Amino acid sequence: MNIKKILPQLLTLLVVILIFGFFSYNAQVNMENRGITFGYGFLSQESSFDVQFSLIEYDGSHSYFRAYLVGLLNTILVSVIGIIFATIIGVVVGIARLSNNYLIKRTAAVYVEFFRNIPLLLQIFFWYFAALRALPLPQDTEPMFGVFFLTIKGFFVPAFVWNNLDIFIYSIIAAIISIIFVRIYARKKQQNEGIQTPVLSISIGLILILPILSFLFGGVDASVEIPVIKQLSQTGFTYEGGIKLPPELISLALALSLYTATFIAECVRAGVQGVSKGQKEAAASIGLTPNQVLKLVIMPQALRIIIPPTTNQYLNLTKNSSLAAAIAYPDLVLVFAGTALMQTGRAIEIVSITMLTYLSLSISISIFMNWYNKKIAIKEK
Amino acid sequence: MFKYLKQLTSLVAMVAVLFTFTTETMAAKKSKTLKNTQKKGFVRCGVSQGLPGFSNADAAGNWTGVDVDVCRAVAAAVLGDANKVKFTPLSAKERFTALTSNEIDILSRNTTWTLSRDADIGLTFVGVNFYDGQGFMVRKNSGYSSVNDFKNGISACTNLGTTTELNMRDFFNSKGISYEPVTFEKADEVVAAYDAGRCDTYTTDKSGLAAQRIKLSSPDDHIVLPETISKEPLGPVVRQGDSVWEDIVRWSLNVMIEAEEYGVNSANADSMKTSDNPAVKRLVGAEGELGAALGLDNDWSLRIIKQVGNYGESYKRNIADTGILPDRGPNELWTKGGILYVPPAR
Repeated sequence: MNIKKILPQLLTLLVVILIFGFFSYNAQVNMENRGITFGYGFLSQESSFDVQFSLIEYDGSHSYFRAYLVGLLNTILVSVIGIIFATIIGVVVGIARLSNNYLIKRTAAVYVEFFRNIPLLLQIFFWYFAALRALPLPQDTEPMFGVFFLTIKGFFVPAFVWNNLDIFIYSIIAAIISIIFVRIYARKKQQNEGIQTPVLSISIGLILILPILSFLFGGVDASVEIPVIKQLSQTGFTYEGGIKLPPELISLALALSLYTATFIAECVRAGVQGVSKGQKEAAASIGLTPNQVLKLVIMPQALRIIIPPTTNQYLNLTKNSSLAAAIAYPDLVLVFAGTALMQTGRAIEIVSITMLTYLSLSISISIFMNWYNKKIAIKEK
Repeated sequence: MFKYLKQLTSLVAMVAVLFTFTTETMAAKKSKTLKNTQKKGFVRCGVSQGLPGFSNADAAGNWTGVDVDVCRAVAAAVLGDANKVKFTPLSAKERFTALTSNEIDILSRNTTWTLSRDADIGLTFVGVNFYDGQGFMVRKNSGYSSVNDFKNGISACTNLGTTTELNMRDFFNSKGISYEPVTFEKADEVVAAYDAGRCDTYTTDKSGLAAQRIKLSSPDDHIVLPETISKEPLGPVVRQGDSVWEDIVRWSLNVMIEAEEYGVNSANADSMKTSDNPAVKRLVGAEGELGAALGLDNDWSLRIIKQVGNYGESYKRNIADTGILPDRGPNELWTKGGILYVPPAR
């Protein structure tokens, strides 16, 4: 260890600590001068405001902490939906851009250029107000399959009403565990004896049969609750029963996934194009079928290129979901950094919690994607 | 002799300097905000992002409204010119942080005076310039004629981060009605969503409903229900801890209301100096030393009345003549059946 190497590091650390110390001291003094108290005690106080859409039971008699959880879960919900759809659309469009069909190729290119070059906030407004203008009023809507109702007040879908739901869930968990064992067994068998086992068909069988058995013998019973139209006033209607997905959630998820999908499509295209042509030809020459070529040769190598930039896009999507406040989707920013901040006036506390939360969310996604990236990386032996 | 002249001049200079310091008044010394305002040459005022009648900017960027007039009155009193105001449009969410972090010196933005706001977050409310209450707007063809017609499952659009959200919950809870709150950050989106049919009702302060109704695609198809579900005393706010500045803003507002009470307006203010009524004479600075107590000259109130007008003029110009709320209701003087009552300026 050389003093010349350590000294700059120490000095930098000192400066960072001093800067943070200065700002927190300054904030403390300013708050004291203005008679503002600091503390996180408010989190256990009654929130006394309601939220339109929540995954957990919540109303104004719950605490601010509960309101925080409501916002957090809503943020996670729209991010997960967005990530799933963005990935599906992104992969399809990315591969379509490499198609030999001129029409498919150009359509995909136009889609990418169009959606990635318009600011996201505008797209969110566009989808939201387009949805509000285009969707029918509850009394005018045509049911889809008789049970789905898409209206201006939300997408009303049937809900399942369960008996012995726990047994059903256990049966699914049992199915998943047995599938993992089957896969391990099949891999061993292939390595030792060179015989392949039809893992996919066995897995599908297991995941279907075990839950069906739970219905037949486990006393599991599910009935469906279909939304019913309800009159509110002479001209106002809504639906009751079932599950309601607010139009804010639908348009936000739509805008986020269509926007982010363009970037993922480019990642996918780059990844596939990054695998050299020789690999494909060599794989074909040893007698692999086109499916096997894609699954065993191209994709494993392409994924190495695709995953890191796609991780960035997942992070962006999660952070962009905070634009929800503009269209009344009750995410973390709207519920916690919005209403709760206004009602308590505790700006520093709430903003710091919100920042930490987004940081943790992003880091979790990062860690998971890095783990996955490592798992699929070429292991040199 | 010349030897002493030099010393004498420096002595005179010193006395002069001392004297100017003392005439800068004790008040100015005590009030950082007043001193900074005089140094900058304008009053920093936080207003709404556009609420007709209260604070609204025209195409040329000129702000008008009863909330705007409070800031103009302070500018007239402190700086001698009602136009020396810098307006900062703020969302409901930003407003208190802007004030406590010293971005603005007066928050005059249709803000409801409540205990927790006054006591908990470093703010001080100085008075009420508009008595309001929360109401509901519905479509005429809905057949609703009272809030008692509301049914379970009704959806209500409103603004984020206001007392409205809390009142709405109290109201629906007390009636035992389940409802869906749809809260937007900006008023324009609330109006657009309600207009499109996303919500069955739009709820906010009644003055706000009256003002926003103009923005709907067909204003005549909507009505405001008669019930008022809350008290919303709206008034200007200052930072806690500068009592001189607090007094200046409070009395600038009070002078406007008292001027109306005594019939002093922008047109007759000068001639009122020779009035027989000592209360009127005090208002126009012809008697007493009221300005000195605030660290101002004695014409401060005369300038407010001449440049901004009395409360009645401000109300008529901004709210009545624009068709928002022609009837003054509770915002009439106590002598004429309203509840506008301010302590005497003496």
